[in-house]
Amino acid sequence: MTARSSSLRSLLITGILGSLLVAVLAFAQQTPDQPPGQPAPPPAASQPPEAPRGATPAPSMQPQPTTVPGRPDIPNAEVATQLRGITPPPFPAPPDKLPIPHLKLPKGFKIEVYASGIANARSLRLGDKGTVFVSNRVLDKVYAIVDRNGKREAKVIASGLDRPNGLAFHKGTLYIAEGTKISKLEQIEDRLDNPPQPAIIYDDLPNHQSHGWKFIAIGPDNKLYINVGAPCNICIPPEENGQVRRINLDGSGAEVVARGVRNSVGFDWHPVTKELYFTDNGRDWLSEDLPEDELNRVTKVGQHFGFPFCHQGNFTDRELGWGRSCDEFVKPVALLGPHTAALGMRFYTGRMFPAEYRNAAFIARHGAWNKTKKVGGDVVVAKLNKGGTVKSVEPFLTGFLQNNAYIGRPVDVQVMKDGSLLVSDDYAGAVYRITYGAERVAKR
Amino acid sequence: MRGLAVAVLIWLMALPVAAATIEERLASCLACHGEHGQSASPEVPSLGAQPAFYVTIQLYMFRERMRVVEPMNEVTKDLSDDDVRRMAELISNLPPPAPVAEPPDPARLEGARALIQQHRCNFCHNQDFSGDQNVPRLAGQREDYLVKALREYKSNVRRGYDASMADVMYPVTDADILDLAYFLARLR
Repeated sequence: MTARSSSLRSLLITGILGSLLVAVLAFAQQTPDQPPGQPAPPPAASQPPEAPRGATPAPSMQPQPTTVPGRPDIPNAEVATQLRGITPPPFPAPPDKLPIPHLKLPKGFKIEVYASGIANARSLRLGDKGTVFVSNRVLDKVYAIVDRNGKREAKVIASGLDRPNGLAFHKGTLYIAEGTKISKLEQIEDRLDNPPQPAIIYDDLPNHQSHGWKFIAIGPDNKLYINVGAPCNICIPPEENGQVRRINLDGSGAEVVARGVRNSVGFDWHPVTKELYFTDNGRDWLSEDLPEDELNRVTKVGQHFGFPFCHQGNFTDRELGWGRSCDEFVKPVALLGPHTAALGMRFYTGRMFPAEYRNAAFIARHGAWNKTKKVGGDVVVAKLNKGGTVKSVEPFLTGFLQNNAYIGRPVDVQVMKDGSLLVSDDYAGAVYRITYGAERVAKR
Repeated sequence: MRGLAVAVLIWLMALPVAAATIEERLASCLACHGEHGQSASPEVPSLGAQPAFYVTIQLYMFRERMRVVEPMNEVTKDLSDDDVRRMAELISNLPPPAPVAEPPDPARLEGARALIQQHRCNFCHNQDFSGDQNVPRLAGQREDYLVKALREYKSNVRRGYDASMADVMYPVTDADILDLAYFLARLR
């Protein structure tokens, strides 16, 4: 059959059955468009679009905001469209299109592809037996990177998940944080070929899309730390939002560790002082240059870091900051650049890199979108003073930003047992490995 | 009952689809989504002139069941990555849908313009609401579909590929949604 006659046939068939098809579709479309793994929504108010104003509103699971989030007046439409979000493709870049040739590091460091073909590669975690786990944010999967006969491959170990951005690994168990729940896969490294279904340990989390994905990590106190972001760009968040909280590994004993946090997508504990440091993304649509993202340090449980009243520790919000002062809140230990989207961070505990990097924090900056001249899209290193304050923030891995556009966007970092450093890229869909010194065989 | 409806649908779809090229499969899409890019089916969106990247992502989300709308999950489940990209390309080349012809109510248009100014819809969707990249075309879209989509973003029922629509819908009321849909369906 030729393509033409086949096309005619399909047109004929669809023509004949068209009305039936439309009826079936109209019926089936009544099924709400519901993401997997989320609670069933309340029934939508069926209401014709011609209904008068002030009719019964559709039910909303979101709390009402206390103020309309400020979006600026930008008279120039061309400028405005340069400020919109940047969307990661659902398909990974092919190996020959990865950004490696453009990437730059300080003298003596090298970078290579550790694994590619992982669309939307986000958080990284290392298992006790050397397996590297990689998560998704806009997609639905968690991967394990495994060695098969000397060849590294990424294997899906969980799918159908709801924004499974957060990963933590502790004593053989992988913890996965989705939008509204945290679950675990026990003894996962022994079961990579036949992974169990994730078992839920905690689901007392608000359901919202804006900043609804999670970052998680296990602290030195063996508790699981979770960021619960603000459900908006700028608003007075509901009580259960805008915080970092911790729970016991069985889901009990929830406690707020930090408040006034807009959205933290990276934290780690200082290897010596054991204090918690976290990155926090500043609000959008205020100006090209303000506010900067923050690196914060928690010295006491329950401290407030300023959102939404105070930004970057030194100025109050133009709408919600009236009557408040930045002196009420804990100030950041470092500023990480305007709109740079500072995300994953780890203290460097390896021995491969020179001594100056020991106990310094590597921070992945995803790269600004809400700024016409883009900044970030790199990994910086924050070197600390003895007292835990920050001495310097320096560029480390650069080159993802070419001609004011991103060819890759770093999300998370992971120190490996041999001291090399992995970096994930959710735009090109890959994980890179940074080494220092003479050629070494990749060892995990 | 719903199971039966879906079964009938699968059977219908299977007929013209078997071993068909992407060009041929498009014809069966348009049986519901409307020929020449303009839908005549309630709550089924017009596809004409949607940006290819937006369509790629939606087809991907249907295939992976990240958006659960059974008929769409069914017809996309065996598409390869290349099929998805090719289908998106073809759809983006369909002509844009025509706006509602009847004379509009000037008061409702004015209300919607104020809302657009307030919420900056045109920052991402373009001044003429033609869309770009992952941002869909809204001009001339079916009014009932716009109402449905905006309500679902607002109530977290529809998960976007990213969180931008949930973010902007946070303060938007249902009355606002009706006015915005009214305006966009009539936008020339």
